[in-house]
Amino acid sequence: MKEKHAPTDPQRRGFLDAAAAGVTAAVVAPGVILHSVTAAPRSEAVTSDVRWGLLIDTSKCADGCSACVDACDKENGLDLQTPPPGAAEARWDAQKAVWIRKVKVQDNQTGRVTNLPLMCQHCEHPPCVDVCPTGASFKRADGIVMVDRHICIGCRYCMMACPYKARSFVHEVMENQLTRVPRGKGCVESCNLCVHRRDHGEESTACVDACTAAGHEAIVFGDLKDPRSAIRTRLAEMSSRQIREDLALNTGVRYSGI
Amino acid sequence: MKRIIYREWRIPPARYWSLIGILGTVIAIGALAFAYMEHEGHWVTGMNNSVVWGTPHVFAVFLIISASGALNIASIGTVFRKPLYKPLGRLSGLMAAALLMGGLLVLVLDLGRPERLVVAMTTYNFRSIFAWNIFLYTGFLAIVIAYLWSMADRKGGPYNRPIGIVATVWRLALTTGTGSIFGFLVARQAYDAAILAPMFVVMSFAYGLAIFMLVLMFSFREEGRPIGDRLIGRLKNLLAVFVLGVFYFTLVYHLTKLYGAKNYDLVGWLLLDGGIYTFMFWVGWVLIGGLVPLGIIYHPVLGKNRGWIAAACGLVIVGGLASMYVIIIGSQAYPIQMFPGQTVLESGFMDGVQGQSAPYSPTIPEVLLGLGGVAVALLITAVGVRVLQFLPESLADDVLPADEETLAQHTAEAQA
Amino acid sequence: MAKAAVRAGLVAVGLAWVLAAQVVLAADAKTYVVEGSKAASLESCVEPTDLMRRRHMELIKHQRDETVHGGIRSSKHSLAGCVDCHIRRVTDQTPAPIHQKSEFCGACHAFTAVNLNCFDCHAAVPKGPGADLAAQAAHQAVGNRPSVQVGPEGEGH
Repeated sequence: MKEKHAPTDPQRRGFLDAAAAGVTAAVVAPGVILHSVTAAPRSEAVTSDVRWGLLIDTSKCADGCSACVDACDKENGLDLQTPPPGAAEARWDAQKAVWIRKVKVQDNQTGRVTNLPLMCQHCEHPPCVDVCPTGASFKRADGIVMVDRHICIGCRYCMMACPYKARSFVHEVMENQLTRVPRGKGCVESCNLCVHRRDHGEESTACVDACTAAGHEAIVFGDLKDPRSAIRTRLAEMSSRQIREDLALNTGVRYSGI
Repeated sequence: MKRIIYREWRIPPARYWSLIGILGTVIAIGALAFAYMEHEGHWVTGMNNSVVWGTPHVFAVFLIISASGALNIASIGTVFRKPLYKPLGRLSGLMAAALLMGGLLVLVLDLGRPERLVVAMTTYNFRSIFAWNIFLYTGFLAIVIAYLWSMADRKGGPYNRPIGIVATVWRLALTTGTGSIFGFLVARQAYDAAILAPMFVVMSFAYGLAIFMLVLMFSFREEGRPIGDRLIGRLKNLLAVFVLGVFYFTLVYHLTKLYGAKNYDLVGWLLLDGGIYTFMFWVGWVLIGGLVPLGIIYHPVLGKNRGWIAAACGLVIVGGLASMYVIIIGSQAYPIQMFPGQTVLESGFMDGVQGQSAPYSPTIPEVLLGLGGVAVALLITAVGVRVLQFLPESLADDVLPADEETLAQHTAEAQA
Repeated sequence: MAKAAVRAGLVAVGLAWVLAAQVVLAADAKTYVVEGSKAASLESCVEPTDLMRRRHMELIKHQRDETVHGGIRSSKHSLAGCVDCHIRRVTDQTPAPIHQKSEFCGACHAFTAVNLNCFDCHAAVPKGPGADLAAQAAHQAVGNRPSVQVGPEGEGH
């Protein structure tokens, strides 16, 4: 095995451990803390000092582009789902798990067309967490809404309660899961803002990287609590909205241009 | 008025065991359906990520609210002190417990991970209405058992009324809780209405009574025990009142929805062009479950015929299942309005493209699982009345206590 | 009375035999560590062997809650680390899933007849980028020196 030095004192937002495998980049984040990519597994529990969120600029979201969806499918092993033998295709399409999807809407009065990606909105007051009988649906201290599939009983009440239809139930026996994204029959899951990336101190999510790589830069990821973060800077300068603002859920995903 | 004597159900063994055999077979098939769904996963059902609760939930919720409604008869006797209903109390309690067990079984066996039931019993999130319901259901069973004891045991007499009152309150809470599972969901337009809770209460009265009447009439006819016209007349009139109550709440529910412009599309879809759901609403819920039974009950000739009254009860049950289908599945099939005033042109996850509703078609295993739950409820009832003294020997007019109206009349006459 | 005494005696003998068998078994140190896994070349697991044998499920369960709810990924008790280190690696071949009866987890669980459902959801072979991160964290946490570092629980080796 490779030689490692003993761990240094971990800092809250990830620490730099150059000896660990595969350091590809180190970026200076706002402030003085260094983030290292794929380097430092988190060693202290997440806190509410950060709140992760996304800003989606729908004016930059291209019609017909599915880069974010494809990237998410690949990152989270959703592309490894196969229809069970004998499953009718139409029905399977409604049963397979989807974390992020593209939606194209047109205003009935004005005819304006808007494209946007839609995923779990990571509410501050998530209805899915309120209704879960076992507490499997929970909000992590850093604002990520996710499912503890160890105690999920598969009742699907959270799916009934989600105003964004963001959650999927795994309808079939799974094999070939990715190590970083466990998934199994009978539990509910949804976008978790690439939580494995968060816990290894990476900079962004798969959808954000893909959107940037495709040249659109329609999605910004960052800490909603850090006034100097990129997402907060953008949010400060452009008007944005929450989907279903009337429910006052204070979503972590914001949209401009809808 | 004579003393009411309770006796075990003594139909010929061949008849009894064939009944048990039929119910056992239905249960076994339901168990196989469960094993199939559990082994393969839910892809073999019609349920999907848009319509997440399907036919099993239609049966489960129907049975659970009927359980609460079946206890109504006992409450009328004990709590509201109507002597006519007192002899029916034991059967009422037994059926309440049986229907609840049948319903819960279906609900549990439809879970994605039914083997983790122990997790649901040990890990709670008390903000969840679902978690409250777990306590409401188990508490209900315990209270009903205590209630039955107080009715059957001489020592239980003094406790009968207090337990009856607790049972009545608990039953109302249970049905309110069940209605709130749906009524408190802000996400879906058709649910977000607190009126669903009282509506479920009234529905429970109607459906529970209909099932109770069918079981009562069947078991008495099989053994040749007499039921007087007085009791049947009272029960069927009560059923009519409850069916009218369901109508009233249905009307108010739709008016509530219709008043706000944001729900025009929903009500229009449900009442006019919702396909199967529109059909289920008008033909199932309104016609079969309401108008036809009312017509039978209030018909001067048919309303006196036992066969027709039984048919009316059956229709109320069919209509009840239809109403559950509309409430549970129809409300999910209607697309969630995330972008008011906009039309969804394309979506990667069926967000109601061009207003299209979500797909759902029931599959055979789902229906079999649901029917298995019904059979479990009936089996418990059949075994219960066979081995214990639940059924009164006679409910003939001269055996039953006089109506309190008649009593009042007599008193008035005596005074005069 | 005499019959009862004989019966009690037989039960006691039986129990003693079972106990002895366990001790012999433990001393015999029947190992399920498979050839060709990283674990085969290491002296011990992240904790002393007998501790791992008896309490690995508790360690994994404790760590699972910390990881899911707290995001802690640096622990030495992660399931992904178990899989990465204990999987049988054969050159140019996809490893066999670890819960199969011939493999590390599956063999022992089959022997003891204990239901193993971790791999209903978790990957039974290291798969995808970053599959070895958990194992790296575990190696780092134990220091990965010839002699195993004294853990926070104070067990030496």
